Amino acid sequence: MSNFKALPDLLPPTSARGIVGWFRTNLFSSPINSILSLVGIYFAVSFLTPVLDWAVFSAVWTGEGNAACAEASGACWIFIGDRISIFAYGIYPPEEFWRLDVCFVLLALSFGPQFFDKFQYKVPLAMFSLTAFPVICYFLISGGSFGLVDVPTEKWGGLSLTLMLAYVGIVAALPIGIVLALGRRSEMPVIRTFCIAFIELWRGVPLISVLFMSSVMLPLFLPDGMNFDKLLRALIGITMFQSAYMAEVIRGGLQAIPSGQYEAASAMGLGYWKQMRLVILPQALKLVIPGIVNTFIALFKDTTLVLIIGLLDILALVQSAIEDPAWRAVETEGYVFAAACFWVFCFSMSRYSQKLERKLHRGHKR
Amino acid sequence: MSEPNQIPNEATPSKTAIWNDPTFRSVAFQIIAAVAVGWFLYTIFSNTLTNMDNRGITTGFAFLSNTSGYGILMSLIDYDPSNTYGRTFFVGLLNTVLISVLGIFFATVVGFIVGVARLSNNWMIAKIATVYVETLRNIPLLLQILFWYHAVLAALPSPRESYTFGESVFLNKRGLYVPAPVPEDGFGYVTVAFLIALALIVSVARWAHKRQELTGQQFPTFFVSIGILIGLPGLVFLLAGLPMSLDYPALTGFNFRGGIPVIPELMALLWALTFYTAAFIAEIVRAGILGVSHGQSEAAHALGLRNGPTLRLVVVPQAMRIIIPPLTSQYLNLAKNSSLATAIGYPDLVAVFMGTTLNQTGQAVEIVAMTMAVYLIMSLVISSFMNWFNKRMALVER
Repeated sequence: MSNFKALPDLLPPTSARGIVGWFRTNLFSSPINSILSLVGIYFAVSFLTPVLDWAVFSAVWTGEGNAACAEASGACWIFIGDRISIFAYGIYPPEEFWRLDVCFVLLALSFGPQFFDKFQYKVPLAMFSLTAFPVICYFLISGGSFGLVDVPTEKWGGLSLTLMLAYVGIVAALPIGIVLALGRRSEMPVIRTFCIAFIELWRGVPLISVLFMSSVMLPLFLPDGMNFDKLLRALIGITMFQSAYMAEVIRGGLQAIPSGQYEAASAMGLGYWKQMRLVILPQALKLVIPGIVNTFIALFKDTTLVLIIGLLDILALVQSAIEDPAWRAVETEGYVFAAACFWVFCFSMSRYSQKLERKLHRGHKR
Repeated sequence: MSEPNQIPNEATPSKTAIWNDPTFRSVAFQIIAAVAVGWFLYTIFSNTLTNMDNRGITTGFAFLSNTSGYGILMSLIDYDPSNTYGRTFFVGLLNTVLISVLGIFFATVVGFIVGVARLSNNWMIAKIATVYVETLRNIPLLLQILFWYHAVLAALPSPRESYTFGESVFLNKRGLYVPAPVPEDGFGYVTVAFLIALALIVSVARWAHKRQELTGQQFPTFFVSIGILIGLPGLVFLLAGLPMSLDYPALTGFNFRGGIPVIPELMALLWALTFYTAAFIAEIVRAGILGVSHGQSEAAHALGLRNGPTLRLVVVPQAMRIIIPPLTSQYLNLAKNSSLATAIGYPDLVAVFMGTTLNQTGQAVEIVAMTMAVYLIMSLVISSFMNWFNKRMALVER
């Protein structure tokens, strides 16, 4: 036995390892697969070549003004560079840009750490970003107090307005949504009916008609002499609409809590509100965080609709910038830029929600 | 807490104060809520009446019978500016229904293909599908509509330099022109034959099902049905002497005449709605197929079913049960999203009725209420149809 020496293991055949093996298993495993792969590669190449050529190789990256772009066959990115401050800040007075910058930084600071697993103060930070953060930003952006110059809402615009609409929409919709969800599961028939009617009404109509309603009909509903400005009207519409969707998401979480939890809380002698606040909602809300993030993504995309009632969000500004006759046709550049802005936000949020889902799911299943 | 020296009598149960009584509380709460909501609605109502009175707007639906006086780009029913506002409502409604039905159809087809492609074991196909889904569903729909309309379709050539496919289909700035089928004398027979074919298919399917229950013998229902559906009307069509001609679009002056014109607004909206919704449907389909546990297809294989029947008889029916409820909400979303038409001027209900008609008449309350009611009814119809379908597909437990 002592003479026994194991021969070294043979490698798998060349056809099953390395690049060749990868190609064989992933692209050419059967005749049909081979044809599909070739067709797929053909389409990818014939789509990517002109797109890459337009966006990168033939594009104009440096230079000044339309003259630099006039002859180029590719994208005119200097147009975007020229307008970037308008796209980001709208027509906000340039000497006050720092106020928006502070808000952007605060936004990054209050959400950035949530992505790190080791960060310890997630809950207090979340409370800050849901309560104090919007208030601070409101005073900073609108001004008129603390020695800041007053900036009327007509001057708010661009990416900052888009973020603001989405953020206020979600923060205001969360508490209303919780109340509506609890109301929908209430044992009191009158309350339940009101909540169901409210939720189904808003969920059944398109956001655009809600925005039309808030811009055309809301002034009619108010007593004489009372008036809201356009932005606030849009925000009311968005919040009403969003709270109905939020209520349905939260209801999903409430239904997922086993009835034993409700019974145990009752047995402890807790009243309804204490039961909800201390036992049910903390569990239910944790379950539906991915759902809330998804609602937020949908809302973020839906904020573009405000351009139809005349607010200057990023898409509205891109839309008006590309019609500038001083530049050659730059529609595609403008839309691609706006699409990229939305894509970056939505894609990273959806990744975050998927990550959360996996994390929460694991704990839940154990 | 009751006082210590007072021992409650066994015979008479201790009384709770009335404001601590759950029944009393719940009744009181509900009355308060009803009064508050009623008061709120009443305030809005009376404010609205006062405000409309101040602005000199007459309430009521009488405006619907006034002459509209404006033209509409596209209409499925006869319409001209001398028609009433009431008719503009129906023009818009039909256009909304048209775009919703077309969108739902195409989005379902594209979505199912992409969803299955994402699960393909072919790396290339799966990656293309993934890129498609991740790109399109993270970009706002309105942006996509504007992109198709202003960047893609506006860049098409003028009618004189149209792209053409076999000199019968033309694509240019003004839209897509396809030949229109014109039925001639005797086409009625073909229609009758088609109806007979449908009846035949139903009876064949019933007979085949009964025979399989009794004897276990299978019958190729699907292929026979297709044969009947194409064969019978086709035969009658030939026998009747081809009673159908095509009306080809032709360039006259600066534009095309004849055929079926598809306006660019419709195309842009349809493409954007289809590709956007298809990305969501693809994810639903993928989740549905992944949701059927692997054991199911292994069990089917163990029973001796080959790949095709496994998919058709075991995996798909179970996947459909997971797919249908979220699919319903996507259909509802598509129908509601079709209202974004107003951004590019496709004459749907919102653009025509809540846009132009509202601007001309100022009857905000009536018009917004009518429009919202239409969408609510549409939502209810789609969701009740899908609920019925869902019930048919649902697991029948014994």
